[in-house]
Amino acid sequence: MIQPTAKGKRIKFMMTCLCDAFYADVAQASYEVLEHLGCEIEVPAGQTCCGQPALNSGEWESARKVVRHTVKTFGGEEPVVIPSGSCAAMTRHGAILGFESEPDLDEVEGLARRSWELCEYIVQGLGIDSWPGRFDGKVALHRSCHTRGTKVYESAVTLLSSIEGLELVEVGELEQCCGFGGTFSVSFPYVSKKMGQLKVEHLTEKRPNYVASLDMACMLHFGGMMDRQGVKTPRLHVSQILKKALENR
Amino acid sequence: MAKLEQAIDNHAANLDEETREAVRLASKAKTEKRVNALWTDFDDPNALRKLASQVRQHALDNLPDYLEQAEAAFQKNGVQVHWAEDGDQANAIVLDIMRRRGASKVVKSKSMVSEETELVPFLEKHGMEAVETDLGEYVVQIDGDHPSHIVTPIIHKNRRQVGRSFEREGLGEYTEDPLELTRMARRHLRQKYLDADVGMTGANFVVAESGRIVLVTNEGNARFSMAATKTHIAMVGIEKIIPREQDVPLFLSLLGRSATGQPLTVYTQFIGGPKSASQEEGPEEMHLIFLDNGRSDILASNCKEILRCIRCGACMNVCPVYRQTSGHAYRSVYPGPVGAVLSPLLNKAGFPDLADLPKASSLCGACQEVCPVDIPIPDLLLRLRNKGKQEHAPKTSINTPGLSFWALAATQPAAWKTGLKLGHAMNVVPHALLDVNPSAKSWRSTRELPPFRGGDFRSWLKAHEKKGGAS
Repeated sequence: MIQPTAKGKRIKFMMTCLCDAFYADVAQASYEVLEHLGCEIEVPAGQTCCGQPALNSGEWESARKVVRHTVKTFGGEEPVVIPSGSCAAMTRHGAILGFESEPDLDEVEGLARRSWELCEYIVQGLGIDSWPGRFDGKVALHRSCHTRGTKVYESAVTLLSSIEGLELVEVGELEQCCGFGGTFSVSFPYVSKKMGQLKVEHLTEKRPNYVASLDMACMLHFGGMMDRQGVKTPRLHVSQILKKALENR
Repeated sequence: MAKLEQAIDNHAANLDEETREAVRLASKAKTEKRVNALWTDFDDPNALRKLASQVRQHALDNLPDYLEQAEAAFQKNGVQVHWAEDGDQANAIVLDIMRRRGASKVVKSKSMVSEETELVPFLEKHGMEAVETDLGEYVVQIDGDHPSHIVTPIIHKNRRQVGRSFEREGLGEYTEDPLELTRMARRHLRQKYLDADVGMTGANFVVAESGRIVLVTNEGNARFSMAATKTHIAMVGIEKIIPREQDVPLFLSLLGRSATGQPLTVYTQFIGGPKSASQEEGPEEMHLIFLDNGRSDILASNCKEILRCIRCGACMNVCPVYRQTSGHAYRSVYPGPVGAVLSPLLNKAGFPDLADLPKASSLCGACQEVCPVDIPIPDLLLRLRNKGKQEHAPKTSINTPGLSFWALAATQPAAWKTGLKLGHAMNVVPHALLDVNPSAKSWRSTRELPPFRGGDFRSWLKAHEKKGGAS
């Protein structure tokens, strides 16, 4: 996993395809958080998806096309900030795997060195380790799998635990996947369901007021299960908590 | 052609709840013990993992040289070295040695390569008595079953099942007391050790420099296998080489802790040849069979890192898929994440037959995180998925939506935005109608879909920028 090195407050924002299609409020919260930090934000209109679905399905020809489009769309030197650990892992690691013997590997690596997950950008990139404002409640934070090998999760913990009124509760078996895995969730429905059930149990075990995630992909899955099962604990992306805290200053 | 079924998912769905819970809880316990053992004893276990990974990769990158060095060192120690290209050759070598030695009974300690070559059924077919002496493997043998884990072969069985098996085999009256069950097995197996002509083992490590094999067990059965027998045969994969004696502690430090959370297994043996003239007991002959069986091909492939594996089983213990499916779902000797890479590549019937294994992963990466030799298993799974696509292996694509149409849209912003608009139809049609799409149906079987809000952020942004950004 390539660790990002691009610094500065002039940034490009990757909204992610899931926020583009389903979670406009998360993209908006992330944008407003970045705006609050004084970032000069460009949102390339031509952006689509990072290409991970095709890479994970073994369709590497298709994946490379989408990655090339993303590299072109996000060209430049600025940090690229992404409200998803999974899409960031794709641009930083997965994409490179698919380009190992391609002539334009350099360009893909270039985007990798500029790609930050949102919380990681705030804490590691901008050097901010506390968050203003207030957010009342107990929060269970899901550690999304694709943040392994990065400082994303610890950055989110740093920020959330600094917010007045917010208490992070323990989540059991943090290293266990929620069972989404993209197409895995539909091609292995039974195993995926069993994994999701365990995740919902672990996330709600300590009776939190909110369940939070660094990835809407995971929350699409375990959240969809919570809705089906009637588990009413409200769910928020970490950016939404940061934004709500700002509103309570 | 009949519709291909997702065999692993089906296996999981049909698994009885008792077995599933037994597998899951045992796996969870081993995962926790591993973490405790490593982080209690070392400041930075991850540094050890990286180092071990480098040593193993170095050995693999220079394998022909190290194998040559090992052969010479073993021969110098009086060991007869054999080379087998595949399982059939390896089995034939064992049979040949046994016949030459006038042997008819072999006691065997645990060895995954001999599972790979199906040695025991082969020897039985040729009139030999072969007895598994690892307790778990023994239960597997008398039940005509297969191991479901590479370290704990009967993780899928409980003590009541073992009690019934022992009663059936005449080892004693039914009991579910583990201590008594162990005593029964011990009484039975002790006689087997005394009667046997040949002791058969694998090896956890083969040290090129010294010509010694390293064996770890918790039951001491490998040691017993060599106590009364006149011939010792060790069968090992060619990848088991580590360069030097001084590398051994690093791997022993990691193996026990990663496998079972033990600082060291109960027995650790270093065997460098047959008994010497001054020793009263021990095998007069020692044979070492190096087995290739597809490993050279893997070494030349883009999945060569999988050969670093030291068979600790930590990847399967932590794997959420293994925990739900148990090992038999993988239809091969090596289950779990390592098996999902290794098994299709080693498979006698060819890669396509097991091309669904690399798909049985959410790519969560827990396996790499615990691997004592830092094998990038998720990357290798991805490479094999790509291989499956390139080779048009049907099992690569079972119940998986094709993505070429999606990719086309994702490279053309205009088409993408049109898709975002069209997607709103999802909010007005009853969701049940979406079920004509098998993927949507599968999703909706246990989960709700969120409302579609395609393009809403883009619209907000436009208005927001018009307003002049943040107020």
